[in-house]
Amino acid sequence: MGWIIALVVVVVIAIWLIGTYNSLVQARNKVRNAFAQIDTQLQRRFDLIPNLVETVKGYASHEKELLENVTASRSGYMNAHTPGEKMAADNQLTSTLKTLFAVSENYPELKANANFSKLQDDLKGTEDKVAFSRQFYNDTVTRFNDKLQVFPTNIIGSMFGFKEEELFKTDEAAKTAPKVQF
Amino acid sequence: MFDISKSNKRKTYGIIGVFILLLTLIVYFVGIYWFEEASIGVAIFAMIFSIIVSWASYYNSDKIVLSLNGARKATKEEHQRMVENLEGLCIAAGLPMPELYIMDDGSPNAFATGRNPEHSVICVTTGLLQKLDSNELEGVLAHELSHIKNYDILLQTVAAVFVGFVTIISDLFFRIGVRSSRSRDDDNGGGAQAILLVVGFIFLLLSPIFANLLKLALSRNREYLADSSAVELTRNPEGLISALRKISSDTDPLEQANKATECMYISNPIKNKKGKTSSLFSTHPSVEDRITQLQNIH
Repeated sequence: MGWIIALVVVVVIAIWLIGTYNSLVQARNKVRNAFAQIDTQLQRRFDLIPNLVETVKGYASHEKELLENVTASRSGYMNAHTPGEKMAADNQLTSTLKTLFAVSENYPELKANANFSKLQDDLKGTEDKVAFSRQFYNDTVTRFNDKLQVFPTNIIGSMFGFKEEELFKTDEAAKTAPKVQF
Repeated sequence: MFDISKSNKRKTYGIIGVFILLLTLIVYFVGIYWFEEASIGVAIFAMIFSIIVSWASYYNSDKIVLSLNGARKATKEEHQRMVENLEGLCIAAGLPMPELYIMDDGSPNAFATGRNPEHSVICVTTGLLQKLDSNELEGVLAHELSHIKNYDILLQTVAAVFVGFVTIISDLFFRIGVRSSRSRDDDNGGGAQAILLVVGFIFLLLSPIFANLLKLALSRNREYLADSSAVELTRNPEGLISALRKISSDTDPLEQANKATECMYISNPIKNKKGKTSSLFSTHPSVEDRITQLQNIH
C-alpha cells in the first residue's frame, strides 16, 4: 500500500514539474517575441533615415553636422547588438531629429516639400510605435519575472537556469544619449 | 484577463444554445401551421435549420452588425493618424490589427465587434473624428481594443444579432398570423393559427425581455474594466476622461442606434429628450462614475 502512495506522490510531483517548466518556457518565448517586435519597429524607423537625409540635403546641404549626426545614429543602430545599444541609438536619433525638425523651420522650401512632411509624419508614427512596443515588452517581461520569482516556481526556475529578464528604462537610456549641437 | 475572456466565451455558447432552442420552436410551429400536423420530420428540419442559422450568424456577426449600422472602411490615406495610432495600441496590447470602420453620424461614439481578436472590427462615427483631439481619440480606441482583448465583442455581437433575429421573426409571424386569420375565417386551421398567434405574441413579448436579460449578462463592470485596461495601454487617463466628458455632453443622438446594438457603444447612444441617460435600466454606468474610477487610477 505504501509504495502505491509513494508512486502517486511522485507522479503528481512530476506532472507539476513538467507543467511549471513548460509554462516558464512559454513565458520566456513571449519575452523574446516581444523583443523581436521592438526590433521590427526600430528597423522600420531607421529604414526611413537614408530617404530623409537625401531630402534634407537637397534644401539644406550646409547643415552638415546635423546630417552627420543623423547618419551616425543609424550606423550606431546597425552596429548595435544588445537591446540596450539599440535603444541608445534610437534615443540618439530621436533627439537629433528634434533638432533637425527645429532647424527645418529656417528652410521654407524644405518645409513645403511633400516628401519631407510625409517623412516627418512617418518618423513621428514610428517613434510612437517604438514606445508602444517597448511598453509591451516591459509588460511581458514583468509577467515573466513575476512568474519566476513566486514560490515555488522560483525553485524550478533556478533548477533549470531561468534568469530574470531586464526591463527597458527610458530615463537611463536618455541620459546616455549624446547632446546635439547647433 | 484570461478568466474574463473565458467566462465571456462560456456565456456566448449559452446564448447560442438558447437561440437554437428558440429557433427550433419557431420553425416547428411554422411546420404545424403549413402542414397542419406535427411530425418528427418537421422537428428535425427545424433543428437543422436553426443550427445553420446560428452557425452563419456566429461567423458573420461582425458583418451583420456593420451593415445594420451602415459603416464604411477607413483607409490609411484618409485617416493616417488614427490608423497609425491604432496600430501602435495593438502593438502595446499584443493584438492583431482590427479592421477600422467609419460611420457617417454627427454624434461622437464608437463600438467594437467581431468573434475574436483575429476577426475584429472597430467602428467610429465621423462625429467622433471631428469633435475629439488625438489624445481623446486614442483613449476611445484603447477602450474598444480592450473590449476585443476581453472577448466582450463576441458576447455582445452574438447577443445583438440574436436579439435582432428574434425580433424580426416575431414581427413577421405576427403579421402572417393576423393576415391569414382574416382571409381564412371558416377554415379548420383555426386552431393552428391560434397557436401561431400565441407564439408570435410570446415572441413579441419575449424579445424585449430577452434583450434585458442580455444587458444583465453584459454586466456594466465590463465598461469599468475596459476603461482601466485602456489606460493601461495609453498610460494617459486624462485622454479618456476628457473623451467621455465630450461624448456625454454631446446632445446629438446617434441616428443609427437601436435597442439591439446599444450595449456595444462606448457611451450609451440612445438619449432621452434632455440628452441624459437613465441609470436604472441603462447598459452603461454613468459617465461620472466612470470618470471617478479613472481618476483613482495612478
